[in-house]
Amino acid sequence: MFATLVKASVAKKLLLTSAAAIAVAVAGCAPKDSTVKIGHVGPLTGSIAHLGKDNEAGAKLAIADLNKADIKIDGKKVTFTLISEDDGADPKQGTAAAQKLVDAKVVGVIGHLNSGTTIPASKIYSDAGIPQISPSATNPKYTQQGFKTTFRVVANDATLGGVLGKYAVNELKGKSIAVIDDRTAYGQGVADEFVKGVEAAGGKVVDRQFTTDKATDFMSILTAIRAKKPDVVFFGGMDAVGGPMLRQMDQLKINAKFMGGDGICTGELIKLADKALGNSRVFCAEAGGVVGPYEKKMADFKERFKKEMGADVNLYSPYVYDAVMVMVESMKKANSTDPKKYLPELAKIQYEGVIGPIAFDDKGDIKGGTLTLFTYKDGKREALKVIQ
Amino acid sequence: MDTLIQQLMNGLVLGSVYALVALGYTMVYGILQLINFAHGDVLMIGAMVSLTVLGIIKAVAPSTPLVLQLVIATAVAVPVCMLIAAAIERIAYRPLRNSPRLAPLITAIGVSIILQTLAMIIWSPNPRVYPDLLPTTPFEIGGALLAPKQLLILVVATLSMAGLLLLINKTRLGRAMRAVSENPRIANLMGVNPDRIITATFMLGAGLAAIAGVLVAMNYNIAQFTMGFLLGLKAFTAAVLGGIGNLGGAVAGGLLLGIIEALGAGYIGDLTGGFLGSHYQDIFAFAVLIVVLIFRPSGLLGERVADRA
Repeated sequence: MFATLVKASVAKKLLLTSAAAIAVAVAGCAPKDSTVKIGHVGPLTGSIAHLGKDNEAGAKLAIADLNKADIKIDGKKVTFTLISEDDGADPKQGTAAAQKLVDAKVVGVIGHLNSGTTIPASKIYSDAGIPQISPSATNPKYTQQGFKTTFRVVANDATLGGVLGKYAVNELKGKSIAVIDDRTAYGQGVADEFVKGVEAAGGKVVDRQFTTDKATDFMSILTAIRAKKPDVVFFGGMDAVGGPMLRQMDQLKINAKFMGGDGICTGELIKLADKALGNSRVFCAEAGGVVGPYEKKMADFKERFKKEMGADVNLYSPYVYDAVMVMVESMKKANSTDPKKYLPELAKIQYEGVIGPIAFDDKGDIKGGTLTLFTYKDGKREALKVIQ
Repeated sequence: MDTLIQQLMNGLVLGSVYALVALGYTMVYGILQLINFAHGDVLMIGAMVSLTVLGIIKAVAPSTPLVLQLVIATAVAVPVCMLIAAAIERIAYRPLRNSPRLAPLITAIGVSIILQTLAMIIWSPNPRVYPDLLPTTPFEIGGALLAPKQLLILVVATLSMAGLLLLINKTRLGRAMRAVSENPRIANLMGVNPDRIITATFMLGAGLAAIAGVLVAMNYNIAQFTMGFLLGLKAFTAAVLGGIGNLGGAVAGGLLLGIIEALGAGYIGDLTGGFLGSHYQDIFAFAVLIVVLIFRPSGLLGERVADRA
């Protein structure tokens, strides 16, 4: 019994030493190759798994392109590998996935998809000194935590609210504007920024009312708003609340225009609001959108994406693609794949991506991120214009 | 002035919905001293069943007049809810009739969760759009706007209460219900089967809940598996406010709660100089509830009954 144990451990030791010897030999033979791991996180399961898969495909395409391009950093040929994790759009699972990537020693992370998972995970990456680029998290808080490692390539809710506020005053000629929000982090945030935008453009907010994200009766707050005779009503919240609210505005004969952020900017709103949707009555905006010469670039990208990945671009995959490219570009500039060394280069990068020029401000938000403004006509959503 | 009248009208409509639901709570409590927490979810089932019926009508005979569609949908939802309520009573409450009062309270909460989960599985967790079945152009009454569907809520709530009062005070079933409420054992000796009366009470309450469910879903154009929970809680509050076990009290409590909420939401921001926003509207409702219960522990119209402390 004892003897066999001893024998086994000796055998193990022997095996280990020979393995180490082989490893040294291999490394000695090819000293110029190195493998760099880049992490990607998104919901690959759950109700928005289709969006997570779309993001993952964008990352895969970028990695494949990079490996074809024969990139040399610090004199060595670099092979990139993608480590993809699933966060199920759940904050708890998101932090677990982040820890897994840190333990796997990735040099950078693209993700996560939702603000709710991106924000808690960002602390883990920051503690480990690993740069993180989110392709789609729009909550302003993400880049406002004082972390040096947080970046994003979409416009945030603050920009969105501000742009809508200016649009309400300058384009819709709103003289008296009423604001409602649902007191969630998202709704409150986008409504606050809208108010700032209105005031910056010289407009006047005549009333501010509140509801919850579960409410169905808005008659009282709408009656209170009606007394102030607004010509524009802004709602910070989601479509399931905004739709019934629009109908109740009609019941009270409030003929004001209705505005909102990406929460109400959905196809579902058409059914939820029905006739109350009107023609060019509802205006809303979504982060993203390309202008000018980039339209062609984006169209080409979509075509190539379909050919290579066998699926249409769903939403954010071009952003993921560019995020990977920007990260590797800064590694080339720094001539190093060490996060400590390439992070300063990432912060001051100038890159021409598929989605447009990419550069970050001092917080890590994209400079001049675009938004697309929509309205509804004849029961259809129509893109009005892309705003920078 | 117009604003105040409109707010009172908003409160009246909201209060009528609360009253309609509160009647179901108070009726069951009056007979069993049981708070049927699943009542709000029976309402939700009513709304969902009627929505499914409307979907079928749309697929089979889309040219059916809308008012007739509404009547058919309600006519299906009411018996479905009655059967569900009878089953709930038989399975979850009757076996616990003689156990401590906490036991059926817990099963009531359990039934509520089961109904919500089933509805989520059957009708999906997303909010469903409920179509407009009545004209949407509002009437103007004394400076306030009132949509036809809101008028219907007022009418149905009034009729339900009057009908229920008649039923309880004038019919044989009503007399039996009152007898069981006073003392089930003696009622049994007098030839009344308490189990049958209790089942009938549950079914009656469920029928009202189904009607309320259709009205609520149509009023807000939305139906979701969670819609009964908060509404049930508010209606229960209304029933307690008015004096639980008392039909007139349920209506008074419902109307009062609705009006307080509407005025609260409409004026709290101006009254507190923006310190408290309209999402604090529930403060008013519950402050009034506390004050009423301090001075009248059995509610506004509740009677002090010695043997039922």
